Amino acid sequence: MPHLVSIDNVDMRYGGAAGTLAVSGLTMKVGKGEFAAVVGPSGCGKSTLMKLVTGLHIPQSGVVIVADKHVTKPVSIVGMAFQNPTMLPWRTTLDNILLPLEIVERHRHRLRANKREYVEKAEHLLETVGLKGFGSKFPWQLSGGMQQRANLCRALIHEPELLMLDEPFGALDAFTREELWCVIRDLHAAQGVTIILVTHDLREATFLADRIFVMSARPGKVLKEHTVPFARPRDLEVMYEKGFNDMVHELHGEIASARVVA
Amino acid sequence: MSVVTKNTAPSTTPGKPLAQRINWVKLAPWLYTVGLFVLWELLVIVLQTPPTILPAPSRVFQAIAQYWSPIWKNSLQTLYTTTVGFAIAVVAGLAIGLFIGWSKAIYAGLYPLMIGFNAIPKVALVPILVIWFGIGAVPAILTAFLISFFPIVVNVATGLATIEPETEDVLRALGAKKLDIMLKVGIPRSMPYFFGSLKIAITLAFVGSVVSETVASNYGLGNMMSSAQSQFNVPLVFAGLLMLAVEGIAMYALMAWIEMRMTGWAHRSSMSH
Repeated sequence: MPHLVSIDNVDMRYGGAAGTLAVSGLTMKVGKGEFAAVVGPSGCGKSTLMKLVTGLHIPQSGVVIVADKHVTKPVSIVGMAFQNPTMLPWRTTLDNILLPLEIVERHRHRLRANKREYVEKAEHLLETVGLKGFGSKFPWQLSGGMQQRANLCRALIHEPELLMLDEPFGALDAFTREELWCVIRDLHAAQGVTIILVTHDLREATFLADRIFVMSARPGKVLKEHTVPFARPRDLEVMYEKGFNDMVHELHGEIASARVVA
Repeated sequence: MSVVTKNTAPSTTPGKPLAQRINWVKLAPWLYTVGLFVLWELLVIVLQTPPTILPAPSRVFQAIAQYWSPIWKNSLQTLYTTTVGFAIAVVAGLAIGLFIGWSKAIYAGLYPLMIGFNAIPKVALVPILVIWFGIGAVPAILTAFLISFFPIVVNVATGLATIEPETEDVLRALGAKKLDIMLKVGIPRSMPYFFGSLKIAITLAFVGSVVSETVASNYGLGNMMSSAQSQFNVPLVFAGLLMLAVEGIAMYALMAWIEMRMTGWAHRSSMSH
C-alpha cells in the first residue's frame, strides 16, 4: 500500500532551543485510504502531530512527507475538524461549509461561476451526515451534535485526500457520539478518504480505525502499533464482543504504563 | 411575545381593566422622565431656590420656547460638529483598529502609545488645535474625533485579536493567507465589537465638541451655554443641557438601531428560531 503520510524520525521543539520538546523521534506511516487512530496519555504531542502533518508546524529535524511531497508549508489537501466546531455565527450552515472553497486555490476562482454545482455538493454532504434541509439554519440554531456534523461537512467539502480529526466527538454525549462514529465510518467507506483520528477514547479508536498508534508521554513518540482485526463494515454491536474489549483493555494498559513512565 | 400581541390587538375584552392593557415596560422610560421633571419641579418649589441657582423645569421649558431660534441654530451646529467628528472617528478608528489587530507586533508597539494618548484630557488639546486651526468648527470637530476614536480602535482590535486558534488553523491548513483570514473571519467577527463601540463613541463625541465649543467657538450649544452663564441666564444654560441630552439620546438610539440591524446574529437570544 502506498503511503499518503510518512513521518520519519521527527523532532519538534516549541519556543527555541531551550523550549519543550513536544515530540522526539516520531515515526509513523499511514497508507492511502487507511483509517489511523492515535491514542496516548494527555500531553503526548497529539496536537503537535496534527500540526506537523498539516504543515502548520515545520519540524526542527526529521522529514514529514504528505502525498509524495516534503511538507514545508501548509498542505491544502487536508480537511481538519476539532472538538470545537468553530462554525462562524454570521454565516448559515451552508455558507460555513462552503468556506474552504473560498480559500483553497483550486476552487476559489471557480466558486462564483460554479456556485450551483458546489451548493449541490454541500447539500449532498449534509444529507450524508443526516442534516438534510438544515443548510439555511445558522450554526447557533443547531445542537452540539448537529454542529459537529456540519463541521465534518466543512472538512470534506473540498474533497481532501486526508482528513485530520482532533477529538471531534469529545464534547458530545455518548449516544450522539456513537451516531457520529457511524457517520464517519460510512464517510470513510464511501469516499475512500484517508483519516487520522486523534482521540482519548479507546473504544472510539478501536471501533473506527484500521490501525492504532499508541504514543508515549512527552516527548511523544510511537510506542506501539496495533492492527485492528475486525472486519468491515463494522456494526456498533462489535463493541460488545470479547475481542473488542480485550483490545481496548490492552490499549488501556499500555497508556497507563506510558503515564507511569512519565 | 404573546403579551405584546395581546396589547397591540384591538381590545375585544372591554371587561379587562386599563392597567393590564398597558405595556408598562414600553411606557417606563417616558414615565420615569416625567417623574424626574416632577421631582425636580417639586424640589425647586419646596426649597425655593432662585432661578439663577437652579431653575425649575417649567422655567427651563419656558426658556426653550423663548430662545427657540438661537437654541435651534446652535443645536444644529453642535450636532453637525459632533457627527462630522464622529464620522471621522469611525473611519479612522476602523482603519487603525484593523491595522493594530493585524499583527501581534503592531498591537504590542502601538497599544501603550494609544493608552498614553487616551489618558491626555482632550480639553487640554483644544488650545493647541486653536493655534493650528483658529477658533470655530474645526477644533470642535477634531476634539469630537480625538475623544471618540479610541473606544472604536480598542474594540475593533479586540475583535481581531480574539479569533479562535482552531479557526485559524483550519483555514491556514487550507492555504489561507493572513488577508483571507482577516476578510473571512477577523473583520466580520469584530463587527459586533465595532457597532457596540459606536454607542460609547457617539456620546463621547458630544463631550468633545461641546468642550471645544465652550472654550473656543462662537457657535454651538457649548458657546451658547457659556455666554448665557456669563449673563446669569441660568434657565438658558439648562435649556442647552436639555437639548444636549435630547441629541445624545437620539444619536445613541440611532447607533443601537444600526448595531441591531448590522449584527443581529450576535444577539442570538433575541432572535426566534
